[in-house]
Amino acid sequence: MNPLSAIWNFLYRSFHRLGSPREFYKISTYATPIFGLLFLGLCLVGSYLGLFVAPADYQQGESYRIIFVHVPAAWLSLFVYVVMAIAGAIGLIWRMKMAFVVAICSAPIGAAFTALALVTGSLWGAPIWGTWWEWDARLTSELILLFIYFGVMALYYAFEERKTAERAMAMLSVVGIVIVPIIHYSVEWWSSLHQGATVFRDGGPAMPASMLTPLLLMALGYTFFYGYVLFLRARNMVLHNERKSKWVKEMFTENL
Amino acid sequence: MNWSEFFHMGGYAFYVWTSWGLSLLVLVWQVLQPKLSLRRIKRDIARQVRREQTHGTATN
Repeated sequence: MNPLSAIWNFLYRSFHRLGSPREFYKISTYATPIFGLLFLGLCLVGSYLGLFVAPADYQQGESYRIIFVHVPAAWLSLFVYVVMAIAGAIGLIWRMKMAFVVAICSAPIGAAFTALALVTGSLWGAPIWGTWWEWDARLTSELILLFIYFGVMALYYAFEERKTAERAMAMLSVVGIVIVPIIHYSVEWWSSLHQGATVFRDGGPAMPASMLTPLLLMALGYTFFYGYVLFLRARNMVLHNERKSKWVKEMFTENL
Repeated sequence: MNWSEFFHMGGYAFYVWTSWGLSLLVLVWQVLQPKLSLRRIKRDIARQVRREQTHGTATN
């Protein structure tokens, strides 16, 4: 067998193993704490560099230090949505149980970070723009994202039957993905109070390394945090959904 | 740099520390919430398993 098809076979098998709730539960027992530790390490170093080492901004003074919690939250609000929509699509196309679990468990996490991005943005806007809120393109589209998350969650809980609920929430999350490019490009397409892209822009990040390093560490740490709490929630949901199956019962018989 | 200067944040203390504080709160809450519901889920399953052991086969 050539190495390429060996790699393909390995990926194919791991994908199918993770698709089984039981295998997911087993693997995530080890993966969950690793994600938690990576989050903790990255964010502790990122916070230290962001609060103590990075210099003050020449225009915004110390107030810009909100960036180290605002941008990672805003990044997660979009990243979680993309993961949720892709997982939803996989669930709809291949009828994969675990894909629906990932999609459903992502919604409250994404909603929390969208709300956090809005609130920290408001706290940054108040002193710098002179206003807590403005109905401009970036802020309004991010608020719509929050409502889409709420809609996805509400739709899931609106159905008695789990399979119907899963398919309904997955469909709404797939359709709702149009908001993601709108949010990203809102600062270019419409005039906005919000500053343009600083990190993902043509010509590379417009920031000195002393500020960019803690920002990237925080964003990466937040991303691992998403993985960590997603695993926590998904494990709960697997236990609950599979409570009638033999392997879950056996886990609890041993403990009795 | 001394500590009072650090906490003062060049006059932006309220905005900076509220942002960081709320972020910490959301992170802690996102971890606590699933951990608390895990306890409830485990208790429910344990109860179900015990019931089935005393009453023979599963009914629900």
